Amino acid sequence: MPPLSGQRRMERRWGLLMAVPAIIGFAVFTAGPMIASFLFSLTDWQIGGTPSFVGLDNYTALAGDGLFWKSLTATTYYTLGAVPLGLIIAFGVAMLLDQKVRGLPVWRTIFYLPTLVPAIANVVLWIWIFNPDFGLLNSVLRQAGLPAGQWIYDESSAVPSLIVMSTWGFGNTMVIFLAGLQGVPRHLYEAVSIDGGGPLRRFWHVTLPMMTPTIFYNLVVGVVGTFQVFNQAYVMTEGGPNQATLFYVYYLFRKAFIESEMGYASALAWVLFMIIMVLTFMMFRNARRWVYYEMAGAR
Amino acid sequence: MTSVAAPEKPRTGRAAPPATRRGPRRYGKALVYLALVAGAVPTLLPFVWLVRSAFMQDAQMFVAPPQWIPSPFQWSNFTEALTAQPFGLYFLNTVIIAVISVLGTVLTCSVAAFSFSRLRWRGRDAVFAVLLSGVMLPYAVTLIPTFAMWQELGALDTYIPLTVPSWFAGAGGGVFNVFLLRQFFLTIPFELDEAAYIDGASPWRVLWTIVMPLSKPAIVVVTIFTFIGTWNDFLGPLLYLNDERKYTLSLGLASFQSIYITQWGYLMAASAAVIAPVIALFFFLQRYFIEGVTLTGIKN
Repeated sequence: MPPLSGQRRMERRWGLLMAVPAIIGFAVFTAGPMIASFLFSLTDWQIGGTPSFVGLDNYTALAGDGLFWKSLTATTYYTLGAVPLGLIIAFGVAMLLDQKVRGLPVWRTIFYLPTLVPAIANVVLWIWIFNPDFGLLNSVLRQAGLPAGQWIYDESSAVPSLIVMSTWGFGNTMVIFLAGLQGVPRHLYEAVSIDGGGPLRRFWHVTLPMMTPTIFYNLVVGVVGTFQVFNQAYVMTEGGPNQATLFYVYYLFRKAFIESEMGYASALAWVLFMIIMVLTFMMFRNARRWVYYEMAGAR
Repeated sequence: MTSVAAPEKPRTGRAAPPATRRGPRRYGKALVYLALVAGAVPTLLPFVWLVRSAFMQDAQMFVAPPQWIPSPFQWSNFTEALTAQPFGLYFLNTVIIAVISVLGTVLTCSVAAFSFSRLRWRGRDAVFAVLLSGVMLPYAVTLIPTFAMWQELGALDTYIPLTVPSWFAGAGGGVFNVFLLRQFFLTIPFELDEAAYIDGASPWRVLWTIVMPLSKPAIVVVTIFTFIGTWNDFLGPLLYLNDERKYTLSLGLASFQSIYITQWGYLMAASAAVIAPVIALFFFLQRYFIEGVTLTGIKN
């Protein structure tokens, strides 16, 4: 090993020192709890009591727990609806804002506004919008002469209603798409135009392929985030009607902090962790087939 | 960006006749505006509904074809709702938590990002990769042990569990901020640091006098993300706060909602009061925000 120069030695000393808070944070608030969570999942443990080791009992109990499967189905249903719909809308609006339109800051702000609404205010507002008697949705539908719905108050329409609600806040996804669109090299568009290609061909042969990394990023972030939906179930529906919106993290919360079954809830947490890992892994594997990287191999 | 210039394709001579070019393009522009308006209406409608309900008397709210202009303007919805529960106090509590969290996040994440981008030490990139993996961890996994830890330490019903983690840059999703700042720091010329070191400056000084002043867009993005994140957080306060005097706005609004479940005027007034500060902040900072997101290249 070559002797370190004065500056190199200083960099190493300061570098380690300045990384310490981040490393402690990771150990205490991420890695530690993650391991502890797994150990808890092997125990029977009520809040305030002492945990007793039960091996994999919690996990076998999970397999036979109807509510667990119910929550998994409800969450998957919600994710399958909310993520693609959100991506399409955010992408569409970002495309519109990427055209040279007048008053861009105003449009940008309009479409970003719903994202700023605090989650609970959002939920309270939407309870009122979904109100079957006097809510916004049914008022508009009735005026248009269309049949009104029961929205979150009916077992079959509860999850679709929450999907509709989720599409309201696409601002962050949109901003990231917008940043991606601005990075598409203009000369590619010119090349298509010179070849006589219209807007459709520009979209299909330039925009879409060049945007696949951004779409992929938003897809992964969207799936991981949406799968952990909680507030809507807690404040709006309490998991109902008839457990239709018993979302996974809400079920976990109920087990842990209402029924005080910390061991069982930890097992739920680890199963969620596994599901998200597998989903992410699958998305990354699948990405090779459709995500286009300009500098393939360089990353 | 180093991209090799693509060899120009031979023109196939199918260029559109110039005469027809202006027409379709103008229609195209009109279509874009039409689509924007079509998108903006449903986006804004819930806000209009919220504001109109916040100023209405109950009787008018339940009229069958819905009315859009409150008459009379029921200002008392606001005064009644905001005094029925101490929303002023909740506001103050939320501000305290948000300010402490934003300060901690910006300070410690900048320090960490500086170390991971501009100081050379062995194992640096490996350590950073491990820290960054924490971003993918679902928050539900760490929820129970973290709660148990704070309970063990007697920190329940205090602001400690809600603020202290942000003073350790690596805590939970906070690593994402380190990543953002690091990406930005990497774009600043390293010669600036070198020159300062030759003049005998310490890395600490380089960070605060050279790197930070040049990184305002990234710092604004981290500030806004963290502020909105803490302002909107619901699960955290729900888990850790019991005493109603310590409630945040989100928690206060949720409890208000469960009590005044049918008092729509009050509920909408309270919601509007909770939403307004965030929107005001955004209007104030929006230029920096969008710029910052683009510059920091979140997309990668």
